[in-house]
Amino acid sequence: MRFELTEEQKMLKDMVRRFAEEQVKPRAKKIDEEGQIPRDIIEQLAELGLFGVHVPEEYGGSGMDYVSYAIVIEELSRACASTGVLVSAHTSLVVDPILKFGTEEQKRKYLVPLAKGEKIGAHAMTEPGAGTDVTSISTTARKEGDYYVINGVKHFITNGREADIFLVFAYTDKEKKHKGISAFIVERGTPGFTVGKLEHKLGIRGSSTAELIFEDCKVPASNLLGEEGQGFYIAMECYDGGRVGIAAQAVGIAQAAYEDSLEFAKTRVQFGQPIANFQAIQFKLADMVTLIEAARLLYLKAAWLKDQGIKSYYLYSAMAKLFASDVAMRVTREAIQIHGGYGYTTDYNVERYYRDAKITEIYEGTVEAQRLTIARAILKGI
Amino acid sequence: MKAVCFVKSVPDTETRVRLTGNRLDKSEIKYILNPYCEFAVEEAVRKKEAGIVDEVLVISMGPSRAQEAIRSALAIGADRGVHIEDDNLDGSDAIVTARVLVEAFKKEGGLDNYQILLFGLRAIDGDTWSVPSMIAELLGIPAVTNIVKLDINGNKAIAIRMVEGGEEVFEVELPCVFAARKGLNEPRYPSLPSIMKAKKKPITRYTISDLGIPSDAVGKVGSFTEVLEYTLPPQRQAGKKVEGEPEQVVEELIKFLREVANII
Amino acid sequence: MVLVVAEAREGALRKPAKEALSEGRRMADKLGAKAVAVIIGEGVKTLLKEISGYGMDKIYVADSAFLKYYHPMAYARIISEVVAKESPKVVLMGGTQTGRDLMPRVAIRVGGGYAPDCTGYEINGDSIIAVRPAISGKVIVKVGFKKYPAFMVLRPNVFGVNEDIISVSSEVVEISFEPTEVERKQIVKEFSIKTAGRPELTEAEIVVSGGRGLKDAANFAMLEELADLLGAAVGASRAAVDAGWRPQSDQVGQTGKTVSPKLYMAIGISGAIQHLAGMSSSKYIVAINKDPDAPIFNVADFGIVGDLFKIVPVLIERLKKEKARS
Repeated sequence: MRFELTEEQKMLKDMVRRFAEEQVKPRAKKIDEEGQIPRDIIEQLAELGLFGVHVPEEYGGSGMDYVSYAIVIEELSRACASTGVLVSAHTSLVVDPILKFGTEEQKRKYLVPLAKGEKIGAHAMTEPGAGTDVTSISTTARKEGDYYVINGVKHFITNGREADIFLVFAYTDKEKKHKGISAFIVERGTPGFTVGKLEHKLGIRGSSTAELIFEDCKVPASNLLGEEGQGFYIAMECYDGGRVGIAAQAVGIAQAAYEDSLEFAKTRVQFGQPIANFQAIQFKLADMVTLIEAARLLYLKAAWLKDQGIKSYYLYSAMAKLFASDVAMRVTREAIQIHGGYGYTTDYNVERYYRDAKITEIYEGTVEAQRLTIARAILKGI
Repeated sequence: MKAVCFVKSVPDTETRVRLTGNRLDKSEIKYILNPYCEFAVEEAVRKKEAGIVDEVLVISMGPSRAQEAIRSALAIGADRGVHIEDDNLDGSDAIVTARVLVEAFKKEGGLDNYQILLFGLRAIDGDTWSVPSMIAELLGIPAVTNIVKLDINGNKAIAIRMVEGGEEVFEVELPCVFAARKGLNEPRYPSLPSIMKAKKKPITRYTISDLGIPSDAVGKVGSFTEVLEYTLPPQRQAGKKVEGEPEQVVEELIKFLREVANII
Repeated sequence: MVLVVAEAREGALRKPAKEALSEGRRMADKLGAKAVAVIIGEGVKTLLKEISGYGMDKIYVADSAFLKYYHPMAYARIISEVVAKESPKVVLMGGTQTGRDLMPRVAIRVGGGYAPDCTGYEINGDSIIAVRPAISGKVIVKVGFKKYPAFMVLRPNVFGVNEDIISVSSEVVEISFEPTEVERKQIVKEFSIKTAGRPELTEAEIVVSGGRGLKDAANFAMLEELADLLGAAVGASRAAVDAGWRPQSDQVGQTGKTVSPKLYMAIGISGAIQHLAGMSSSKYIVAINKDPDAPIFNVADFGIVGDLFKIVPVLIERLKKEKARS
């Protein structure tokens, strides 16, 4: 077995780290305060090929793998968790399903600009009445000739403000329960589709979380992704992959918190010596770095299994997400503790990491949902 | 017209230096493409994008990690690489390095093929700033080092060289050596597709026997200087640290400037 | 014999040249050898008396309009000819941009070992050992020479200038110079001085540097005022340069200049490792920073924790009073 990134993955990691350190990190505080990722950052991400990391070159992507994609998310999130999730939601929840289920025509029309970052994607499943239980969505799509007519309201939609292309889930046949859900590619500007209010959030404040309203929104039948009734299955596939991205995001946040804590502990002097000399602080740092490394190995393994086409990778992506989000919470909490009173102020970044970490326990499947997935898988004997 | 960039793999700027006895401990060092070399490669690639240059060759001498430096240069947009790797080269000083690089350059056609020779002003490890001038001397061509601007016009170049307190505007006929400093350009971040493309670009490997250089002309044996020992610089001790009303701390500072530093 | 390459600009000897001449004499005394100087330029004959005053036994001078500005090939050829005639044990030059461009050329041309940026040296019987920092000052290297002459370029501000005039009668040798065909292909078209009357950063005795804490380009006016009161150069951290507050030529640190002044004042500079690489060999370091944990305080001989916008104006007023008094 080899625990080594390939030469290209190393170059990619170095490049993204440098880009994120120099261009994103210095603006992360402002992004958090203003609740918006500047357009020029999104344009730079696109130029660097970060919106289609694992998409083949023929579809406008960078032709790398899912491991590479996950590394990108960790490195971006280490600088700014909001930027990390912008790319993650776009890639895992929109690009990946079109790559997997899209027709050649859909790939040419939508995947290419998405992978190039000319267009941003958003995934629209959640509704006021449907969170973890996606079968309780009430949005419907009624077939009328060459069109589907969509009605309903989505909320908590990541990238809602920035996105040009939305993957919208709706019932085409409510009777069939989860087998009656279908997925549609909907362009911004389609008559009957409006983006509503934005949420104010505890963390990842630079990432937009929007409400989407569909009122007799007519979508060409050719925009159905996969087959009618395949939506639930497509969504589950999205989340399996998305969890790798969120796990990587959690690791990135934790890594930033650990690095800041290490630096602080070495320079902060109390009782006449740097606090890093005290065992209480040393133990915290030792735990942090160990937890982060374990979480990183888990997400890398999940990503690697996905690249190998091994179906049971979903078990590992659930474990990675469960563990990494917990690690992010623990590490960011201890980071504030190490910083003491300073850590509680906005003069230091650790309070932001702490706020940003929390969402990783919630979105793309709560920690409880991950435990369910894991438990069911092991009881099935996977 | 063709351009060649001579690049080096160096320890990352964040590297903490460790010694084993009085030798450098290289086991835990992370290596990068020398930042000054990035300016050189970026400039060459820009000249290619501007249609002035039609090929950018990258030459590096060093152990296997030099190949990573070459790949980084290829990811910025250089076309192909030459890697000189040979165990005998270990311990070579600047003069030997310059001689070996010149032989590799000649093997690639030398001045008949390449008119623009770009370097980083300095490698951040050895910090001798010497190889560009040495290679120019060996080839008998001009050099403009420490440049912040380079305009190519036919077989002439105008290059602005930064010197203490001013600038010198050089007009030279090609072929010429140029050594880049910060300010010449802002190197790009290599995009993912460029990284993937770099993987497919060719790298030619030479040993010293391929270049017709005898083993006693390189390495420690062939060098004109030898590193006798490495030591860590004396650690600066934190001195006095004061806090308080501006008038009071300034008074203490004045006392320091007068009595300790002897400045006033 | 010790050969010193002296460097002039605009009709005056440069400070690093004076340091090299002074050290050349001292080194020659230690070796029991003669000290010889070479000076190249236009109108540099006027400097012969001054150069002689550093105790030079012989002075070579190449005075020509073609040599008004630094010309790598021509200068290297002239010095190589002097080396061939005199067979020196050591060739010294001050560590200016010119020195660091020219000496490698001569070293490889005549075949001698090369050690730049020397901060010291040892004489061991017949051998010279150069002492120099490497890897951005993170390590000190002792360099032995296997081929002489030993070419050494001296870091500015490290070796003292001899203030006493040594009265010797120097033999003067004029070098007749004609540029070769290939030398005519490289010329300096213009030379412009860019500093505002302040000393050059790498040569200054005192450097006042500002960083991110200055918050705005306009606030550097305050630092300039302070610098002028102290006769100092103004430097900047990478953060201040990247923000566009100061030109790149002011940057001190890894990708900027390395300075070794007598006093370095770091104002609103946190002290990132890359900055320390460029200034930690300063004799005294003073830091003013509002963050008590800023790493700059770990290297500062005198640190003030506080608001620079309150402290610097008080310091300026105080220094003005001091000046009026003296």
